[in-house]
Amino acid sequence: MNVEGQQANPAKSGLEGIKTLAISVSSSRLFWTGLALFIILLVDLMISPNFFEIRLVNDRLVGSIVNILDNSAPYALLAIGMTLVIATKGIDLSVGAVMAICAAVAVTLIKQYEAGATEFYYQPGFVILITIGVGAICGLWNGILIAFLNLQPIIATLILMVAGRGVAQLITNGQSPTFTNDTLAFIGRGVVWGVPFPIYIAFVVLIFVTLLVRRTALGLLIESVGVNDRASYYAGIQANAIKVFVYVLSGVCAAIAGMIVAGEVKSADPHKAGLFSELDAILAVVIGGTSLLGGRFYLFLSVMGVLIIQSMLAGLYVSTLHPTTNLVVKAVVVLAVLLLQSPEFRRFISQPFGKLSRRRR
Amino acid sequence: MTTNPQQMTPLLEVKGLTKTFPSTVALSEVDFTLLAGDVHVLVGENGAGKSTLIKLITGVHRKDAGTILLEGKEIDPRSPRHAQELGISTVYQEVNLIPTLSVAENIFLGRQPLRWGMINMRAVERQAKQLLKDFNVDIDVTRNLSSYSVAIQQIVAIVRGVSLSAKVLILDEPTSSLDHHEVEMLFSVIRSLQARGIGIILITHFLDQVYAIATRITVLRNGKKIGEHLVSELPRVQLITEMLGKELTKDSDEQDENAISKHANSETFLKVNGFARKGTIEPFDLEIRRGEIVGLAGLLGSGRTEVAHLIFGVEQNDKGEAYVNGKPVNIKSPRQAIRHGFALCPEDRKIEGIIGDLSVRENIILALQAKMGWFNYLSRQKQNEFANQMIKALSIATPNAEKPVKELSGGNQQKVILARWLIANPDFLILDEPTRGIDVGAHAEIIQIIKRLANEGKAMLIISSELAEVVEYSDRVMILRDRKKVRELEGNDINENTIMKAIATD
Repeated sequence: MNVEGQQANPAKSGLEGIKTLAISVSSSRLFWTGLALFIILLVDLMISPNFFEIRLVNDRLVGSIVNILDNSAPYALLAIGMTLVIATKGIDLSVGAVMAICAAVAVTLIKQYEAGATEFYYQPGFVILITIGVGAICGLWNGILIAFLNLQPIIATLILMVAGRGVAQLITNGQSPTFTNDTLAFIGRGVVWGVPFPIYIAFVVLIFVTLLVRRTALGLLIESVGVNDRASYYAGIQANAIKVFVYVLSGVCAAIAGMIVAGEVKSADPHKAGLFSELDAILAVVIGGTSLLGGRFYLFLSVMGVLIIQSMLAGLYVSTLHPTTNLVVKAVVVLAVLLLQSPEFRRFISQPFGKLSRRRR
Repeated sequence: MTTNPQQMTPLLEVKGLTKTFPSTVALSEVDFTLLAGDVHVLVGENGAGKSTLIKLITGVHRKDAGTILLEGKEIDPRSPRHAQELGISTVYQEVNLIPTLSVAENIFLGRQPLRWGMINMRAVERQAKQLLKDFNVDIDVTRNLSSYSVAIQQIVAIVRGVSLSAKVLILDEPTSSLDHHEVEMLFSVIRSLQARGIGIILITHFLDQVYAIATRITVLRNGKKIGEHLVSELPRVQLITEMLGKELTKDSDEQDENAISKHANSETFLKVNGFARKGTIEPFDLEIRRGEIVGLAGLLGSGRTEVAHLIFGVEQNDKGEAYVNGKPVNIKSPRQAIRHGFALCPEDRKIEGIIGDLSVRENIILALQAKMGWFNYLSRQKQNEFANQMIKALSIATPNAEKPVKELSGGNQQKVILARWLIANPDFLILDEPTRGIDVGAHAEIIQIIKRLANEGKAMLIISSELAEVVEYSDRVMILRDRKKVRELEGNDINENTIMKAIATD
């Protein structure tokens, strides 16, 4: 749909105007992603009539919607980092493992503090900073392998994905240490004005990163590198620095997600923390419409993708379906969402079958 | 075996071969004859139809019209494999073998001698060694192919092709990445194949090599056959004339009115001394003044683009030094070149130039934005101003600045890349084939822009295959042949004749 056409038309009859508006809305990604979320929430409501009910219990809001947002927070963080990585035509498989490493680091340090260590770097505030730093270093490692040693992103990050859980086990001595410190726990289970704290974190990071990339040249340069890194290099863009930057940001997001998960359960489990979460993050980015081939990216829609996945899981939990069917249902729903967003598929179902095949030829 | 009872029947005969692709006629009624024991060289510039002809003979593409006769019998190759079964083998520039297998395994891949149903490795190795020895190549055939040089790999590919009982062997630019000694080695293999009565079709851009090995030459241009000659009867100048499609006039009276070096007084912007990179380009000197246009002429593969890449820092020189405004510089990347006021519009627009999915506006501000840094973002208003100003100044045909640049025509994409550099306000522009693949109107406009920029005092280095164009705008012309700078023409000496002569002879 050409933009000019839409702007020129409102002068025409009201009906025409509504029609063009409808076309313009229906061709936008936001509309179809939003529609998918809406339908899933509607199904959730049909499964459980009090799905949208929210109550205040002990100064904390309680209800499925709050749970969906709360559960979405760590995935949203991962998806934000992953979106920028994918926009450069990369992928970061290591975020789940980085979550485990960072959870292990945070909990191990905080246990020293609980045991009475007085050095400044065992103070909870510093522990949080150090953990974020560790996430950044993990991202730096990925970025250097990819940008300067020219490893394929999928292989380079696979290394840390595999090694990361081993590193996390080394840090915790193979244990799953638990802690009681309130500051670290607050990151995962704190409540502010009735709303779980992780929701604030995800929201703030989303806004911050959006401003960072859209109010500076970074967004443009990231997209440019993702579409054509050779031409970008010829135009004087530091393609390597851009790549390192997105992996570092992804590592930082994973570190914060790792602390949320650790705070939630007041422990760091090197085996389970963040397990398979990289896949959900990638899925959310794809649902949000960012192409795995790099280029244009959509941070808000990636987060919406996370909400879609979590709303669906919430529906599955309250449904009477046997839990063993969960993964299959998840796959089917994801497929349906992706088909709904595909212009080819929409054309396919809205027009006689012959047209698609003719167009292909 | 070497004597053919019917000497007069050509080994391979092609008559009226035609192939049309959706937008272009790639090959139009081309005749081609290959005799047994001949080395028949195909020459022509980009888009002449050399590779289309080869692809039709080897079954990569299917012909639209015409006949292909092999030893007098009509054939219709359906695939490269089918062509090979018929006796036509091809060795490409990029060796099509498996680097991690041994030399012997590569030669016999898919047809290993068996013993008790198992591969008889010893027989494989013995036979492979013998095959290579026939060509005076004595190497350890049990080592991985990748452990050998490109030249050896190519010979292995040839031996594999020939041992598949080939009658016709096609070599597609086999020498472009070989050094002098390796070329000799390859040529001795070709000569012994010739002695066996195998017909060889060779594609190469190197004129010296054409004259060293070929018996016969066919010149193609724009999909048509221009001429077929015995090498012994074809002077170099005539060959160049046929390739480039220019008539040599007896005596050129045309004289450039803007007499000798009107720029003698303007200051030198760039000076390079003895710039070279091993295997890419031999040492050359070049000096460009502000407001001066230096043309870079030479055939395809003569090292034109390599000169541009070396100067712009895409590749690093291993010899020589460069001076900008008289100060020595060491440029290691395009980014550094840009810092010194350089700009490059690359030859391959799609791969090295445009960012296809991004809008015209974003493509135009890209180089300036990259120069300004990550956090010094041009406001959207400023971006629109720049984009609209450039769309107007260069008359870029686009409905608006937000259209993805990949949807524009070639000429307009070229203008967008020019615009990208112009708003970055460079002192020195390198344009690599700025007018290739664009329509006539846009062509004239781009020439106008080039002249205007020189008048504004920009130093320019322009690579082009269009001699008329080079003559029209150049103040000086640097001529390359076989990766060597062979001449530099100035002022009144610049005309198509002198350029062609310089390309052809030492």
